[in-house]
Amino acid sequence: MSATTTPQAAGVAQDPAGRKRAARRGTDRSRQEARLGWYLAGPAFVILVLVTGYPILQALYDSLWSYRLTAPDDREFVGLRNYGVILTDPLWWSSLGNTVLITVVTVAVELVIGFALAMVMHKVLGWLRPIVRTAILIPYAIITVVSAYAWQYAFDLTTGFMNSVVWWVGDDYDWFANKWTALLVICLSEIWKTTPFISLLLLAGLAQVPEDMHEAAKVDGATAWERLWRVTLPNMKASIMVALLFRALDAFRIFDNVYIMTGGAAGTEVVSSLAYNQTISRLEIGLGSAVSVMLFLCVLLICFIAIKGFRVDLARARGEG
Amino acid sequence: MASRWLTRTGVVSAGVLLASTLAACGDGSSGTGTTTLNWYINPDNGGQQAIAQSCSEQSGGAYRIEALILPSDAAQQREQLMRRLAGNDSSIDLMSLDPVFVPETAEAGFLAPMPAELQAELSEGVVQGAVQGATWNDELVAAPFWANTQLLWYRQSVAEAAGLDMSQPVTWDQVVDAAEQQGTAIGVQGQRGESMTVWVNAMVESAGGQIIENPEARGPDIRLGLDSDAGRAAAAVMQRITEAGVAGPGIDNRDEAGTANLFQQDGAAFMVNWPFVYAQAQGAAEGGSMDPAIFEDYGWAQFPRMTPDEPSAPPLGGIDIGVSAFSENPDLAYEAVRCIVSEDNQASYMISDGNPAAAESVYDRPEVQEAYPMYDVIRTSLQEAAPRPQTAYYNEVSQGIQDRWQPVSAVTEQTPALSAEFIGQVLSGERLL
Repeated sequence: MSATTTPQAAGVAQDPAGRKRAARRGTDRSRQEARLGWYLAGPAFVILVLVTGYPILQALYDSLWSYRLTAPDDREFVGLRNYGVILTDPLWWSSLGNTVLITVVTVAVELVIGFALAMVMHKVLGWLRPIVRTAILIPYAIITVVSAYAWQYAFDLTTGFMNSVVWWVGDDYDWFANKWTALLVICLSEIWKTTPFISLLLLAGLAQVPEDMHEAAKVDGATAWERLWRVTLPNMKASIMVALLFRALDAFRIFDNVYIMTGGAAGTEVVSSLAYNQTISRLEIGLGSAVSVMLFLCVLLICFIAIKGFRVDLARARGEG
Repeated sequence: MASRWLTRTGVVSAGVLLASTLAACGDGSSGTGTTTLNWYINPDNGGQQAIAQSCSEQSGGAYRIEALILPSDAAQQREQLMRRLAGNDSSIDLMSLDPVFVPETAEAGFLAPMPAELQAELSEGVVQGAVQGATWNDELVAAPFWANTQLLWYRQSVAEAAGLDMSQPVTWDQVVDAAEQQGTAIGVQGQRGESMTVWVNAMVESAGGQIIENPEARGPDIRLGLDSDAGRAAAAVMQRITEAGVAGPGIDNRDEAGTANLFQQDGAAFMVNWPFVYAQAQGAAEGGSMDPAIFEDYGWAQFPRMTPDEPSAPPLGGIDIGVSAFSENPDLAYEAVRCIVSEDNQASYMISDGNPAAAESVYDRPEVQEAYPMYDVIRTSLQEAAPRPQTAYYNEVSQGIQDRWQPVSAVTEQTPALSAEFIGQVLSGERLL
């Protein structure tokens, strides 16, 4: 049995080309609509350029200088030297390794749990529905710093209760003294906190899978497992890819959990905390900006791989067309 | 028709969106002629706020001090103040500064120059270490308010059982031996934080060394004294604590508060810590959350020595009051500083908040002696205390130490040399931190 997609979904993919043709034909209506589009989106676009474009350019410029905030007179143009320092520093590579590890582990686990939760939210009916949905979404409503503290206190040696729950590690096992157990707690907190986000995106995708296709597959004798793999998943590929992309970008910029739980100790430094250390603690604006630019480039790379490599179609996921 | 209406609405709402209201910025003075001075304070038990209020009342309407609370962590206090000062923020008049950040703040030109006669007045009768901590380029740049020092706290019964004569100065070796023999732990701060630098510096200074040999130098020219006999002696103490198994549980994430709790809960019979632990234990014993017998058993002595013949150089901490260079009322702010650091205020602050006074005479007051039976040990400790490196690059030096000397169990005899090399590279802009 091959993957089943709806005719509408196939039509959507061709639609942008059709829209362009219509625009070229230039009817009054389409011109007016285009103008209205600019009027509506224009202010937001201008604000976006101001609040994101300007700092990005400023960071790019600052990254070419040796500039310490408390010694502005010693500012000196150093070209790409800051990037050389970063790329030859083992700390950068270990931080990048930690960040990639956290991203891959959390996104993979979240995708599986998130999908299961989305199914539950999708299937549950009646008076239970709002209760289940609310319960699943609660962690996402909690501020990351608060959830980070909650997890830290839970695993803390003096205030925590986890050592008695996970009794075999012993009473005085310090979770945050070892790199791998510290990263485990950080990942757990991250997964607990952001799985609802993924399940929310996947729920939207689930809702788009037409019920008649399920019924057709059922009539053809497909088992529940086959229906999941051959009907549901192929039809919500766009939602899954968008959920993956959004969460991967988010996970890559992880900061709060690490900052609260270990402060980068025990080899748990991540790229964002590295940027924070250089810019905010050391007040080395040049070096810190260079780290931020590197972080930005990593995020761009993830976007590029996702959109070009996996062909994530943002327009399709939004159900446009 | 509909779309034209929509277009117009779109333009109008865009205009509304862009319109913003500018809040009027206050100039610090209210209509009555009373100037408001903003004092950024480190969190405490409310003592500084009480002082702000009483000084405002004493000024006879000349000024009103508004106390604004900074984050609890010294490093975060610095981050917030530095960012605002770098932006020439005139809303800061007074600030409670940790002495280790005084050189950086002064070097950057963020502190208003202190009149010469006030420098003399504010350093008179103040313990030497506190004056040194508030001095940069031979000028007093901030007013010593309180001066902290660490003592060796011990359980009298355990020390006695171990045969340790606590009436005489003891060395780290003796304390480790006693703890090992009695099967207890030594409460030291092994967290990757400022407390690690405090400990390393005290041991290096006690062994006759210095973390930085030329503190006034600019970043790349700083010479580090860690790769020395004193540095290796400090590393050896840490190795001994690990090898003897007396570090206690959770040492790698233990700060001063964690150490105090461990000691309070009978998890360690020795600890090095600031005097706040006494008031805390007293409160816990009175409140019923701690066995009063344990509190009765509390003993105190000078910070442990590195060698039997050389006195120790205990850690020095505290708070200095600085006046911002961007304050619109520096003269009035210095008037307020005089009031804040008055001996009466230092004495009441010591009793209310458990933070030792910087003025020596305060220790002669009966109410202070009653609240702090160890007042004499604190005073002596303050006189012998050694400040942490007085450099404008303190943050790099301190974080470099925290990075390489933590966890304690990983410290070897190579650690001093490796940390010196690492900090040198960071100061030359060749490494990330």
